[in-house]
Amino acid sequence: MTVTSEVFIAVLLLIGAFLSLVAAFGLIRLPDVYTRNHAASKSATLGVMCILLATFFYFLAADGFFSSRLLLGIAFFFITAPVAGHLISRAAYNSGVKMWDQSVRDDLKDKAKKEAASKR
Amino acid sequence: MAFQILLNVFLAFLWMFLQVSFSAQTFIIGYLLGLLVMLGMRRFFKGRFYLHRVWAVTYLFLLFLKELIKANIDVLKLVLRPKLNIRPGIFAFQTELETDWEVTLLSNLITLTPGTLVVDVSDDNKTLYIHAIDIGDVAEAVEDIKNSFEKAIMEVSRHD
Repeated sequence: MTVTSEVFIAVLLLIGAFLSLVAAFGLIRLPDVYTRNHAASKSATLGVMCILLATFFYFLAADGFFSSRLLLGIAFFFITAPVAGHLISRAAYNSGVKMWDQSVRDDLKDKAKKEAASKR
Repeated sequence: MAFQILLNVFLAFLWMFLQVSFSAQTFIIGYLLGLLVMLGMRRFFKGRFYLHRVWAVTYLFLLFLKELIKANIDVLKLVLRPKLNIRPGIFAFQTELETDWEVTLLSNLITLTPGTLVVDVSDDNKTLYIHAIDIGDVAEAVEDIKNSFEKAIMEVSRHD
């Protein structure tokens, strides 16, 4: 393993760990479900992807082992994480979880009314 | 498009049979030669030459990656800022995309865009309800970004 690849892998790992830490920090700090979902669905996605990529490059550089499963893992995470974020916030909204009291607008509130009007 | 790829694979096999050598190398050379032949004959196809769409998909993927990194920097700044001054809200976004998979792709892209998260899609697939983390300055900028997303997706799904 050369020094360049070692530094590259270390930087990727640290970025991934740092982003996961920020996601956890955002979960504690942000005020309601929806804003927390922002932090969780974005930072956690890229954090895990960075760590998986670092693992992939480590085994490629150290053992010459091309682990296609790690690449598949990255692809699956990339596709499924935003869908999970969407479903959680949708379920929260439909079961009546209140938004933060300083929220500005809510177009979804009169969605049912609008859909009834468009059918007419 | 599927027909064009099938034809290209068929031409590659034809090349392999002409060479009487059945290896991956011969297949790749035959595929590239077939690509050249199809490029010359592309006015006989009904749709576009399929490499256009391959390029459009690649562009969309790179856009996806860029937005993901930008979104993370935004969340980073937001969470680590000492004073929390955000104004969240939900706004409605009218989309021109029609088929189910296009709308799915667009909402995935929006969810990974800085500061936005899709909360609901209306029953007729025309309106997306998007939760923005800071609605004041984002609402218009986001409109631009999504127009570029919508354009990139339409470029993939265009049939002519």
